[in-house]
Amino acid sequence: MPALAGPFEDSVAKFANDEFSDTEAAIGEVAASGNALASPIISALQDGRLSADPDSKKVFITQADGKIVDATTGAAVDKLPDNAAAVRLNNRLRRTVEAALGGLTLLSPDPAKRLAAAQSVFKSHEENLLPTVEGALAKESVKSIKQAFAEARAAIVLFKSDASDSDKLDAVAVVKARGDQEALALLTGLGDQQPLVAKAAASAVSSIQSNLAMWSMVQNAWYGLSLGSVLLLAAIGLAITFGVMGVINMAHGEMVMLGAYTTFVVQEVIRTRYPALFDYSLLIAVPLAFLVAGFIGVLIERTIIRFLYGRPLETLLATWGLSLVLQQAVRTAFGPTNREVGNPSWMSGAFELGQITITYNRLWILCFTLAVFAILLAMLRYTALGLEMRAVTQNRRMAASMGIATSRVDALTFGLGSGIAGIAGVALSQIDNVSPNLGQSYIIDSFMVVVFGGVGNLWGTLVGAFTLGIANKFLEPVAGAVLGKIAILVLIILFIQKRPRGLFALKGRAVEA
Amino acid sequence: MLTQLTHGIATMTRRRALAATAGLVLGLAASSPLAPAQAADDTIKVGILHSLSGTMAISETTLKDTILFLIDEQNKKGGVLGKKLEPVVVDPASNWPLFAEKARELITKDKVAVVFGCWTSVSRKSVLPVFKELNNILFYPVQYEGEESERNVFYTGAAPNQQAIPAVDYLMKEEKVKRWVLAGTDYVYPRTTNKILEAYLKSKGVAQDDIMINYTPFGHSDWQTIVADIKKFGSAGKKTAVVSTINGDANVPFYKELGNQGIKATDIPVVAFSVGEEELAGIDTKPLLGHLAAWNYFESIKTPANEKFIKEWQAYTKNPKRVTNDPMEAHYIGFNMWVKAVEKVKSTDPDKVIDALPGIEAPNLTGGTSKMLPNHHITKPVFIGEIKGNGQFDVVWKTPGLVAGDAWSKELEGSKDLIGDWVGKKCGNYNTKTNKCGGQGS
Repeated sequence: MPALAGPFEDSVAKFANDEFSDTEAAIGEVAASGNALASPIISALQDGRLSADPDSKKVFITQADGKIVDATTGAAVDKLPDNAAAVRLNNRLRRTVEAALGGLTLLSPDPAKRLAAAQSVFKSHEENLLPTVEGALAKESVKSIKQAFAEARAAIVLFKSDASDSDKLDAVAVVKARGDQEALALLTGLGDQQPLVAKAAASAVSSIQSNLAMWSMVQNAWYGLSLGSVLLLAAIGLAITFGVMGVINMAHGEMVMLGAYTTFVVQEVIRTRYPALFDYSLLIAVPLAFLVAGFIGVLIERTIIRFLYGRPLETLLATWGLSLVLQQAVRTAFGPTNREVGNPSWMSGAFELGQITITYNRLWILCFTLAVFAILLAMLRYTALGLEMRAVTQNRRMAASMGIATSRVDALTFGLGSGIAGIAGVALSQIDNVSPNLGQSYIIDSFMVVVFGGVGNLWGTLVGAFTLGIANKFLEPVAGAVLGKIAILVLIILFIQKRPRGLFALKGRAVEA
Repeated sequence: MLTQLTHGIATMTRRRALAATAGLVLGLAASSPLAPAQAADDTIKVGILHSLSGTMAISETTLKDTILFLIDEQNKKGGVLGKKLEPVVVDPASNWPLFAEKARELITKDKVAVVFGCWTSVSRKSVLPVFKELNNILFYPVQYEGEESERNVFYTGAAPNQQAIPAVDYLMKEEKVKRWVLAGTDYVYPRTTNKILEAYLKSKGVAQDDIMINYTPFGHSDWQTIVADIKKFGSAGKKTAVVSTINGDANVPFYKELGNQGIKATDIPVVAFSVGEEELAGIDTKPLLGHLAAWNYFESIKTPANEKFIKEWQAYTKNPKRVTNDPMEAHYIGFNMWVKAVEKVKSTDPDKVIDALPGIEAPNLTGGTSKMLPNHHITKPVFIGEIKGNGQFDVVWKTPGLVAGDAWSKELEGSKDLIGDWVGKKCGNYNTKTNKCGGQGS
């Protein structure tokens, strides 16, 4: 072992011991050392870029640009020693790292880092950081970060045993103004305090709680809209094949699955050939999924379903058998295990709106669903094919005598419904498993939505999906997910008793036809 | 003419039906145990009863391949008792009653010496009567809820005290967790495990208010509300953790939602009992960094035996990315135990093998030696692993030695006095208080 010079070098060498307790000691010592390399070392540790050689006890940083430097000297190194391995962390150490990094980056020139540091200090409320936080607070010019520093300072003061009551009362007010769940966690975890402070904290807790309760209603509504959009997306293709054409299509779920697998294939090709295009993979997958599922839909209609019009029981059995065939075919081709479909960067993460968290994937799916719905509606209303479809479903013989090739329209309509199911698969691959069973979990829900909304009416499907989604999400916190789902089914049964044709029943001659 | 024709068809169908019934009766007779045995003498048949289609195919197909692989390796070494092993694969198609039918077919028609199979507890319960009636052997490789010890079944997966309880101990000691969310899929394994955990937590002084129990249906995919609830439950100023018995496919959307809502393992760690390397292969694990799983085996454990196993497995499947997991190791241990027992008694007769198995030792893949206990469970080490960015686990804690599997939980009122002992007492549910065989269970 080479002789190490100075305490900083000794501390850094502890990273090479591969013991969690030594790593923890090293983090503390390095953070306190004031060495310019402390911050790079600890942020490298957090990202898994810090490696250590257990034999020579040397520690290395792999920089973001791939260059490797010695952690004690900062000198560039050609390559990592063969037996160097990344320094391991567990959750306790990750928290220590976050807190240490918070202390080290409070004065960083990068505003995003300062904000993150302030937030991590708010959580860790390390008493010895108070002077640094106060210094940073005085210097800060960005308003939102200044606010975060003030909150971090308040958190430290609240947990400081020798802070005066008036300081603590001010701190309670600052934390109360923040008003989110972390503020709540901080205030409820306060422990023993002077009566005055304890009282203020208790009243702050109850005011935050009532505020959050109000927000949770908004949150439920948002979750309901989001669930509704997923239901609508899954059901919208069925609204065509079952709703408009009257085919009880049990293989509808498998069209959704085919769409999801198309997404997987597209992403695989992009990953291996054109990695730069990954963020556009979904945009490329949408038309392809429509074509794949639509083509298979047309094929099914031409080879099976057209012989079964007017025989609902046989259609049900044939399409159900078909769904099993498709599932097993995909299982044979792609294997029974889940396939990884990645989220593009714009589909990952979340943002805060008031006190609720809105995840990007759900938001985009809602927008996407509404867009698909609008396009479909416009297509049925304004295009020649849409006109023919409506004509054929309303009165087949009349349409035929007007010169419409009804069997061609049937095939195209079924293909359209299947294609839209395929598009749904692209979106659902972002929130669910891509496995051969994907379709099964949506088939019941889809039929439920179409029947509840009113067979043959697209607007009914829209309203039905959102009603069921919102009702489900308001029931779930009260009754639990299992009972909530049962309750919804019972409500639908009762509703169908009262209104057998669903929310928006078609009236007039079309019904009797 | 028309009536004649229909009449003709009717008679024909009736005749056909008669013929079919007769055939069925004959077929049944042929496959009944009374029919003369025609087992080929040059091979020993090994039954594999894992779903290759339907919902469970995702997990069970790998186990079928594992046994095929083990048989292949054993045959390379010359087989057992000088005979080659011959696998008989059937597909119960994730259909619980079909498991019983296929088990019967394996034992009576194919005359297998032993069966390796089942994943869900329902499927195990469905085949139990068949194995008892026809007196054959089942090796069951999956972690389960316990509360069972049958003469014909050998449980090589973890009992609750070999997985759930050590995991909770770890969270209490290392992460100082004070508040607990017990989240599971709504069926027997999570319900029983959570009952045991709740009793255990309360015995450690955790208040009822600090335990939240949540069940979701199979294949639940909309986790928004539940993740938000967990977040809310975790903001009470006490360190919170989630103990997840969520099963199968529902895990992926659950972890995606956790990642998207920004719940990190450093805030609220999730320890899972049904998430292994195979499940993680379907997701991007970077947002899951630091979440935990408790198992008796991880692919990342570096021992010579494990490295050899992984290398040979990937060569056998011709897939250098193919992962290994805990139930595979259970089959590895169980298969070797069965081979040793058969070689010990020089026979594949189920009665002799059942009596020989307790006490048999076989190496596991993590550097220790597992032993079959009189209650037909085995000794195993328990590991806690943290999810890494590459879909593997990093072992952060392990039990000092091997833990003996309890057939009956010591935490539950109804079963704390029961033991399974097929050596001395010849009883699966022996009550140590009343000194009688019987009580809860069969």
